[in-house]
Amino acid sequence: MTSELETAEHPKGLKRTVIEPLTRVEGHGKVTLLQDEKQNIKQARLHISEFRGFEKFIQGRPYWELPVLVQRLCGICPVSHHLAAAKATDMIVGAAELTPTAEKIRRLMHFGQTLQSHALHFFHLCSPDLLFGFDDEVRHRNIVGVIEDEPEIAKQGVLLRKYGQEVIRVTAGKRIHGTGAIPGGINKSLSKDEIKYLKRDIGQVIEWAQQAVELVKRIFFEHYDYHMSFASIDSNMLSVIRNDGAFEIYHGGLRARDEKGNTIFDHIDYSCYGDYIREGVKNWSYMKFPFITSLGQENGWYRVGPLARVNNCDFFPTPLAERQRREFTGTAEGRTVQSTLAYHWARLIELLHCSESIAELLNDSDLYGNELLNKGELQCCGTGVIEAPRGTLFHHYEINDDGIVKKANLIVSTTNNNQAMNESIRKVASQYLDGNQLSEALLNQVEVAVRAYDPCLSCATHAMGKMPLQINLVNDKGELLDRLEKRASGEINRTV
Amino acid sequence: MSSGKTFKLDGKAISFEEGDTIMDAALRAGEYIPHLCHNPEFKPHGSCRVCVVDVNGHSMSACTRPAEQDIDVDNSSDAIMDLRRSLLQMLFVEGNHICPACEKSGACQLQAVAYYTRMLSPRFTHFFPRRSIDASHPDIVFYFNRCILCGLCERASRDVDGKNVFSISGRGINSKLVFNSPSGKLGDSELSVTDKAVSVCPVGALLPKHQGYEKPIGKRLYDTKPISVVGDAALYQSVNRSSKSSESNE
Repeated sequence: MTSELETAEHPKGLKRTVIEPLTRVEGHGKVTLLQDEKQNIKQARLHISEFRGFEKFIQGRPYWELPVLVQRLCGICPVSHHLAAAKATDMIVGAAELTPTAEKIRRLMHFGQTLQSHALHFFHLCSPDLLFGFDDEVRHRNIVGVIEDEPEIAKQGVLLRKYGQEVIRVTAGKRIHGTGAIPGGINKSLSKDEIKYLKRDIGQVIEWAQQAVELVKRIFFEHYDYHMSFASIDSNMLSVIRNDGAFEIYHGGLRARDEKGNTIFDHIDYSCYGDYIREGVKNWSYMKFPFITSLGQENGWYRVGPLARVNNCDFFPTPLAERQRREFTGTAEGRTVQSTLAYHWARLIELLHCSESIAELLNDSDLYGNELLNKGELQCCGTGVIEAPRGTLFHHYEINDDGIVKKANLIVSTTNNNQAMNESIRKVASQYLDGNQLSEALLNQVEVAVRAYDPCLSCATHAMGKMPLQINLVNDKGELLDRLEKRASGEINRTV
Repeated sequence: MSSGKTFKLDGKAISFEEGDTIMDAALRAGEYIPHLCHNPEFKPHGSCRVCVVDVNGHSMSACTRPAEQDIDVDNSSDAIMDLRRSLLQMLFVEGNHICPACEKSGACQLQAVAYYTRMLSPRFTHFFPRRSIDASHPDIVFYFNRCILCGLCERASRDVDGKNVFSISGRGINSKLVFNSPSGKLGDSELSVTDKAVSVCPVGALLPKHQGYEKPIGKRLYDTKPISVVGDAALYQSVNRSSKSSESNE
């Protein structure tokens, strides 16, 4: 299943083009393209040009620090790391089950987090491509352009995100990097005033979420064939699933399906993830390449995130999202939906589900309960798995007798999508760039493919589309043939 | 009963008793003088120097300088606050004080005093020393990174717990806290989690194990009010008020 464009057979003498940095994604990454003298693409790779090192430097720290410490990996989805670490440390402190109050507050926090992250990604980062076209003028193809041309859509994006952030603040103490989840439970429940405050706007949030799904569907169906084929690749899908097969993002077993929808494994206890998933390495990337062990590295890579979750679940437990899921999966004609741009559609169905779930939870009296913590006998290791906005997130820790972390393994969502993102850019490169003279619009198609996955490349930084960029085209003699320069102002010049 | 003696603190008359330090008299009067190694429950140490005040043109630590009739004490001029900020900035770079991940954040005196003195940025180059954690005790953990050598645990263990578990060893920049045990490990010492020494640490150096972040953001000691209002000064005032009230009842 791996594309032959991963490694050029004879790289010597090929022209190297670098898209660096990738814009409107979280973090820093680059794409390198190798072309022969006829401009044919011979190699395409996505590289992550940052190194975090959390697995190393949390060694030696006490386990009870982990939920607060490890969430610093990310400024966009820290709640996911916060909760995955909390779930792992629940196991360490012997909390087999949480109190109803603790579990529901955590779920509420996670729904708020997923809602805000999905709103950020769709409205702020991707709507310019989808609303204006991939080849729209670069100075217009950004969130400011959306504000100017579609002020109501822009406003809804900002306010949806704000609502999600407020849910996080109320449950975790802060919008970013709170402390709500602790080993064995939570440190606060909600007051009736806080619940009243969140209830005030939830009806509007659901309405906007519905409109957002209709918007992305309209865009998708306007150029249906193009959206179905753009960067489309056949892949396995991995996600967490509830016991009864329902969509689940906080807790459940692991389910993997192949491109035809056949089950590879189902309802797997995620503590045993090491028996089902391995991480491969390649000498050209700092990021690992996870794969399903039974299928091997060549065929076992998979996709995670909204596309995988909506494909994998049997149903959504909330009515509006379930209605949308049926329409979504109906396009696949019995297979799984493999369109990379369908990530956007699936993401907004999830956004709708999060808003419905928040509304449901806000009517649950357990939210203001007083039983916050459960603890048992201390264990030497713990695994926490959660569905982060960008996909399945694994945290695994081992501690020594003094309670100090001696080993840690984190497989973050974007890592799970590493091979898939690489395959998608290869598809775009071969479909649209092959044999063509490079232009900003063509290169943006590569970025559009990567953006669909909502990758969190470093987890903490933003590049909002106006980063300076230089692309050199060099022939096999080392002579400069072409150069495009994008300035910080957004202006693009051909300087050769 | 008042002695009738007073001195001036920022122009305000402060009454004092014989044997009072400037700090004693100021705290009793409800006037906050920033401090770290001082705790009204223990004998003054005078080591952190954060309580520096200007007494008739001389810089002195308020926790050790005896109060004196008619002296003029400057507690809040820009020059004094700048001195305190410098001392705090040195403390912050000498250890590794990573507030965002520290479980004492929001209830840490070092952090609260830094905010009070408007220390908003580092001034000196960080040392980034490589210091360990002693987690050998079943109930208590010690973070060498966060210790500011205030000596409060040493005084509490000696004067209240009667155990002498702690001592400051070495000199100058090489000073460090050591534990009185055969192995040098905290786990082999007589320290118990209920000891006064464990609860008196003003920073996040000496803490009970297996817990942290249990106080939610918004409910921590310094989340809503500054240390000048809710710190140990307030505690001392409430103790003082209740003793005064019992005296008047008698």
